Amino acid sequence: MVQVVMSGNHASSYAAKLARVQVIAAYPITPQTTIVEKLATFVASGELPAQYIKVESEHSALQACIGAAALGARTFTATSSQGLLLMHELLHWASGARAPIVMGVVNRAVAPPWSLGTDHTDTMSQRDTGWIQFYAESNQEVLDTTLIAYRLAEDPDVRLPVMVAEDAFYLSHTVEPVDVPSQDDVDRFLPPLARAFAVRPGETQRYGSFVGPELYMEFRYQVAKAMKRAAHVRPQVEEEYRRITGRHHGGSLAAYRVDDADAVLITMGTASTTARSVVDTLRARGKKIGLAKLRLFRPFPVDKVCELAATVGRIGVMDRCYTYGAAGPAYAEVVAALFGGLHRPIVRNFIAGLGGRDVTPEAIEEMYESLLKDRGPEVEWVGLKRRKGVTTHG
Amino acid sequence: MARLTIPAEELMRPGHSACPGCGATLVMRYLLKGLGPNTIVTVPACCWTVIGTSFPTTALSVPMIDCAFEATGASVSGLRAAADALGLTDVTIVGFAGDGGTADIGLQALSGMLERRTDAIYLMYDNEAYMNTGNQRSGSTPLGAWTTTTPVDAGSRGKLESKKDMMAIVAAHRPAYAATVNIAFPEDFVRKVEKAKRITGSRFFHALAPCPPGWRYSAEKTIALGRLATDVNVFPLYEVVDGRYRITRKLGRVKSVAEYLKAQGRFSHLTENEIAAIQSEVDAKWKRLLELEALG
Repeated sequence: MVQVVMSGNHASSYAAKLARVQVIAAYPITPQTTIVEKLATFVASGELPAQYIKVESEHSALQACIGAAALGARTFTATSSQGLLLMHELLHWASGARAPIVMGVVNRAVAPPWSLGTDHTDTMSQRDTGWIQFYAESNQEVLDTTLIAYRLAEDPDVRLPVMVAEDAFYLSHTVEPVDVPSQDDVDRFLPPLARAFAVRPGETQRYGSFVGPELYMEFRYQVAKAMKRAAHVRPQVEEEYRRITGRHHGGSLAAYRVDDADAVLITMGTASTTARSVVDTLRARGKKIGLAKLRLFRPFPVDKVCELAATVGRIGVMDRCYTYGAAGPAYAEVVAALFGGLHRPIVRNFIAGLGGRDVTPEAIEEMYESLLKDRGPEVEWVGLKRRKGVTTHG
Repeated sequence: MARLTIPAEELMRPGHSACPGCGATLVMRYLLKGLGPNTIVTVPACCWTVIGTSFPTTALSVPMIDCAFEATGASVSGLRAAADALGLTDVTIVGFAGDGGTADIGLQALSGMLERRTDAIYLMYDNEAYMNTGNQRSGSTPLGAWTTTTPVDAGSRGKLESKKDMMAIVAAHRPAYAATVNIAFPEDFVRKVEKAKRITGSRFFHALAPCPPGWRYSAEKTIALGRLATDVNVFPLYEVVDGRYRITRKLGRVKSVAEYLKAQGRFSHLTENEIAAIQSEVDAKWKRLLELEALG
């Protein structure tokens, strides 16, 4: 193991290299681009003996990965924002085809208006596509989770694609020290992809096919079961990763100072780091509050959310995304998880940090204060400029 | 003994779900005869999605991998890359798509594949409309043809625009090989496929696939109509190797386009003037093709 100072994007590139990916198909988009640029240098230097397809769109990037995965190659791609939206059709295809693709996604806001800032709308819009979704808080987590993603995706009981999301700029373009495991350690953790499921030349096979109403549901149910199994396989895989590298990132819902808390905020991605420091500050002032970092969005950790609810009366959910006509998607999931449970805490939703707006300690403090009040709106847009005409030209 | 030049091996299995007289079935059959068993075919949404038969059966003895409608070129590139990464270097990767999936929605992915010089074969089987969805016009539908979205009525005379010239678009990418093939000329078809198989790089086929329900003629006339398409110069047979054109079938005396048009219900509304206009377009294109060939 060596420690290297690198960006979140390069953590993703190093992980793909350590995973010995065999086929890369990628298309540039800000702020993802430096992931695939770094991979291009690895391939050019011979450090990574992979086939690198410079496709003409993100849609083609994912189709190329699906084709390559059908033959049994380990594949990687990466994208952001509009690129991920363009892939949408093929995200469904990848899970339906049971293609164990791993994709790095740099969360970026969706146009219009154009914005390069971070926002989870791109990946949240893909939550129903049958992909396992992780959200990373640090560059270290990007690297570790990408390696974990391959083991999980390729597990014979899972065989589903995985996306590892990182916040634009806060991680993608910010450097920090990252422990890079040795190739030997990674090879022990991640053996070559077995070709047991692969299409073989010379055999009579159809991969994809079409079915009538008498069988379509059964195929979908296979995907549903695989996603359920992923929830059981993931902790084992992460435990093994800990055994080899010594690192673990707290599972699906990582709790921080929640034991005697009156109120807990659930955050995703880099907002968690800020929120953790706010917890310490407010705790020092005598406020009994805690934090839970939602690291895995699909499969959604219903059990962990219910466990959290057993000990806390108020839960706030911060979403870096909003589902028009409803609420924040993480909030909606949390509420749905709790409805069938034994404990029904008060749950409130905070919409914050859209389009790269900084989620400051003050903004997080405001969320905790609001959450600790008796009453408040179900969904609150934090730090919104309400001045009339603020969104009008001129 | 020309018929002996076609390999006896059948890689299309008995039983498929095409319409009677379907040209697209013969396109697949002759293509696979030319390529042999070490072939992987990737197919987007098109008639062949259905012709290939539903799960758990298949009409092919080689692997068939379904892909998204607009992404055949990308599927081909991904399969080639994986085959190379896994040491399956002898396998021939084939994209097999309809005219809508190639000339319209899949044009970008095809262009990407050709520009990347992907070592693979792409075949467009051209039944000149979105036949799998019931005959809507595509960019490859010819001038004047009736389709369900180019109806014939008081204010409408079928398709108003000329057919998109896919061979010219492909040739502009300077692929290693490109050729037109016609199921009515199987020896020429298989010879070109065998030739393409020996070439490394991007290879493209434009295959005519007459369609009885879409073109409105009776099923037993598919071969005769296909032959007529070439004999009237509507679908000339030629190949482009390293940018050089070579016409592979030339007739001393060309038949009139009217004979071809009048054999199909989709053109039955055309007036003599409209037929004459189509004839001049065909003549101009043929003249241009002769000029391209003469350039050498």
